[in-house]
Amino acid sequence: MVFINNTEAQIREMLSAIGLKSIEDLFSEIPRECRVEGDLGLPHPLSELELDRHMQRLAGLNRSAQEVSCFLGGGCYDHFIPAVVDALASRPEFVTAYTPYQPEASQGTLQAMFEYQTLLARLAAMDVSNASMYDGASAAAEAVLMSVEITGRQKVVLAGTIHPEYRQVIGTYLQNYPALLHVVDYRQGVCDVGEVARIVDEKTACLVVQHPNFFGCLEPVDRLGQLAKQAGALFVAIFNPISLGVLRPPGDYGADIAVAEGQPLGIPMSFGGPFLGVLVCRQDYLRRMPGRLVGQTVDRNGRRCFVLTLQTREQHIRREKATSNICTNQGLMALRAAIYLAALGGAGLRRLAELCLKKAHYAARQLSTVPGLSLRFRAPFFHEFVLQDAYGKVAERLTALAGDGVFVGPALGKWYPDLADCFLVAVTEKRTKEEIDRLVDLCRKWGAQLGAKTEARTKEALASSR
Amino acid sequence: MYENYGTRTIFELDKQGCSAVSWPAVDVPEQRLEELLPEEYLRGDVPPLPELAEPDLVRHYSILASRNMCVDSHFYPLGSCTMKYNPKRHERWAALPGFSDLHPYQPADSLQGLLALLYELQQMLAALAGLDAVSLHPAAGAQGELTALLIATAYFRSRGEKRRFVLVPDVAHGTNPASAKMAGLEVVQVRSSPEGIADPEIVAQHLSPETAVFMITNPNTLGLFERHIRRLCEMVHAVGALVYLDGANMNAICGIAQPGKFGVDMMHFNTHKTFSTPHGGGGPGAGPVAVTARLAPFLPVPVVVYENGRYRLDDNRPQSIGRVRSFFGNVGVLIRTYCYLRTLGAEGLRRVAQHAVLNANYLMYKVSQVLPIPYNRRCMHEFVASAAKVKAERNISAMDIAKRLLDYGFHAPTVYFPLVVREALMIEPTETESRETLDAFAAALEAIISEDPELLHQAPHRMPISRPDEVRAARQPQLTWGEGSS
Amino acid sequence: MNPESLRYTPTHEWVYFEEQNGQLIATVGLTQFAVESLTNLVFLELPKVGQHVQAGKPMGVVESIKAVSDIYSPVDGEVIEVNQPVVNELDLLSRDPYGSGWLVKIRLAENKEPEGLLDHKAYEAQCASEPQ
Repeated sequence: MVFINNTEAQIREMLSAIGLKSIEDLFSEIPRECRVEGDLGLPHPLSELELDRHMQRLAGLNRSAQEVSCFLGGGCYDHFIPAVVDALASRPEFVTAYTPYQPEASQGTLQAMFEYQTLLARLAAMDVSNASMYDGASAAAEAVLMSVEITGRQKVVLAGTIHPEYRQVIGTYLQNYPALLHVVDYRQGVCDVGEVARIVDEKTACLVVQHPNFFGCLEPVDRLGQLAKQAGALFVAIFNPISLGVLRPPGDYGADIAVAEGQPLGIPMSFGGPFLGVLVCRQDYLRRMPGRLVGQTVDRNGRRCFVLTLQTREQHIRREKATSNICTNQGLMALRAAIYLAALGGAGLRRLAELCLKKAHYAARQLSTVPGLSLRFRAPFFHEFVLQDAYGKVAERLTALAGDGVFVGPALGKWYPDLADCFLVAVTEKRTKEEIDRLVDLCRKWGAQLGAKTEARTKEALASSR
Repeated sequence: MYENYGTRTIFELDKQGCSAVSWPAVDVPEQRLEELLPEEYLRGDVPPLPELAEPDLVRHYSILASRNMCVDSHFYPLGSCTMKYNPKRHERWAALPGFSDLHPYQPADSLQGLLALLYELQQMLAALAGLDAVSLHPAAGAQGELTALLIATAYFRSRGEKRRFVLVPDVAHGTNPASAKMAGLEVVQVRSSPEGIADPEIVAQHLSPETAVFMITNPNTLGLFERHIRRLCEMVHAVGALVYLDGANMNAICGIAQPGKFGVDMMHFNTHKTFSTPHGGGGPGAGPVAVTARLAPFLPVPVVVYENGRYRLDDNRPQSIGRVRSFFGNVGVLIRTYCYLRTLGAEGLRRVAQHAVLNANYLMYKVSQVLPIPYNRRCMHEFVASAAKVKAERNISAMDIAKRLLDYGFHAPTVYFPLVVREALMIEPTETESRETLDAFAAALEAIISEDPELLHQAPHRMPISRPDEVRAARQPQLTWGEGSS
Repeated sequence: MNPESLRYTPTHEWVYFEEQNGQLIATVGLTQFAVESLTNLVFLELPKVGQHVQAGKPMGVVESIKAVSDIYSPVDGEVIEVNQPVVNELDLLSRDPYGSGWLVKIRLAENKEPEGLLDHKAYEAQCASEPQ
């Protein structure tokens, strides 16, 4: 077998050294009734060549973003990944190492994580970052748990404009807690400030807001932050790291804890994972943070070095009193994000954010000139916006577009019944003017055809009713 | 090889004005930012990030890479972590654009290849578990534990039962009690027998109508098979509670025994341990959960289903605990898992387990000639040695040995865990190491314990750094580059 | 303070009782045995002034690099003073656990010494039987 190094002769010698006759004897403690019978129905083994063929075939049955124009958004975005990110992050010294418990043997990983923490803290203008969580949604849930723990309060207020799956995850994490979830309605695509003012009170642990929100819209974050602060609640912001190339960072508008989905930072879409949960916060909450932290120190010879620190917060030491149960994190994804940010630099990130913003606004302007389509909300947006389909045929429209090699969406009716005639459009730097113009043309043609069909049907109906 | 670039941080290499990325010009009609967004939202500055040209960037991370030990280059017997070889072929397949460049919201009919793979993986994992249904969502073992405990509480709620205690053996990983607390349950620690395994009589004392779940790792963290597992499951079921198997050590028995046949109700797999997906310096992993049919309705959404010749994601499951994360799990990791299972098949998996256990027992035999093994009987995939005797006699601690092993070109074992063994060295060789490597490791241990203790207290001597001041790091935490860094 | 005249808990806290204006006040600290077995302290979390504490219940936390221990209150009462200098300078705890390393002062809820605390001799005996 290709992954086993010992010869038959060595196996015999090893068995004889431990006083056994057969390799089966090693399992004598496992009761008969617990043993596997037969081949378990697993397919027979494949050679590398055969499996390569099989995997190529399976991959070929999917339509990758490289074969289409991808305008899909909703928390995962088709950004360009520079080759340098793949090349460096796929080095085996990073890929095949584990958690840096032995600092002497792991300075590479440790320094890279320390730099990641600094990069994310700087980007968000917050004091500290951990070394990664699973994804944006679970990071948001951890931020909520952290807030409940810090404030000792049991009321959690979520903006209705947070990614619906994030709200679901927060709900799952809290299902056995006394904490109560309140979801605030939206108005014109953003959080209803009046309702927030009514709901957020002295019993509130935190107010959680996404900015830009699930609809792509920019929230009145300063006002929302003030309302949280006045009530003594924590202000938790969910941000898009790319947007911070042009938008004010969470630390600037009063966030106490900020979380993000780090996927846009050089991580492939991969059908939704592995992604990167970013969690940054103010210094005051350092000891309540979940997850690993890397700190700077010196070694016995006075050399600067890096170690895992404040580990007493973590499950392997504090067990049921730990700040979280997280152990394995998304280290390699954090490394990708760090390389990506360092590759772009501040100016590069700003240029990228501007490209997304300008292309998205161009697309929005053009699409809203198409008969039957209009922008659903008036609020300012970053690189994603909601279109309303006057014909109410969102599913058909998106399917037709996909048939023409343009992925758009997701449709919003699944999460927002009142937006059943709406869908999202996201525009990254990868979409060219040509692709945007083609999307606009396709929408126009589709609308015209639908209009013609509707007209024909109406005539028919009129004719038959006569 | 000497490199004189040093270990400057990326912030010290910052040269404002450089960049490793150039972006195309704006191809849509140009508009100023202020025309597109109200000024109150805009940042006035450029984000404060370091700027480097590509060659400097590459050199920086290459040097960092050279300061890591890894499985590709070193024996890495970190107990409980299963640092086995990570096949290169998996990296190539997972990176195919037909897998890596898929958006989670693209239409299901543009995903039939991937959904078929995920569906088949659900089936294969259920078969290996000997259980009925699988969720691929959990991002890691710990999230798998939390998911399963939430499933258990939802199940009891559906029956109108209120149960609040989770029994956890004293040798369990810290994630078990931490997950129980996160699931809103209370932890009861259960003492192990002098043999190092769960004792039915002790467990019985803690069982009550309020017991929700008994969590057990089998083989356990001492590397021992929990012999009484079937009886334990019966006892737990007799009080109406459920049994959770922490599958962290499934690599020892996968393909040989089925947890479903032990009588467990739920379990997780750690794909980065059992199924060779890379550890990535701390992640990502994946922690798929398998459950019995009666718990299947409570699995997280969505689940991949196959109907009328088509695969789709089903999220209309009213009894589900809901989502545990966004989208659909760590798919890139799951693809590698699938490839591993297809490469090995049932027979290959059995061989992997056999060789993992053979290597561990052989190495235990070699190490036992140097250091005492407190629970010295047939081990599974790993074993725990104790340095307590050399500590008493020669003042050589488990940590000293661990650090000195680095000088000999071996990664250190896990030290000071599990807590029931004093001066513990937890050693897991895995099936992918050769006898030659195991012999060399045992020889290094033997050499080390007769070295000058003073030399060992100062070890390692051949690594980039030695014995960081952890007290300083924890007392005045410096977690970002900035003021005071140099 | 003279260790021999103090009272002790099995969880390694020492207590000194004194009367102030007719009220019984307990000064509480960690024993030298506890401080030495924890080694390399890195963090101390104490209750806030005004907080009510219960005998046998955790009221704070002391951390070393790889271990955490709860600090248990030996008495029922209200915290009236916290030794802030020791929080900022943990070395005080290792240098002078029975003096400048004291942790909190508690006003007892019931104005009498609780029963069940160990005297110096009994505490020493307990320490001798514990594995180091």
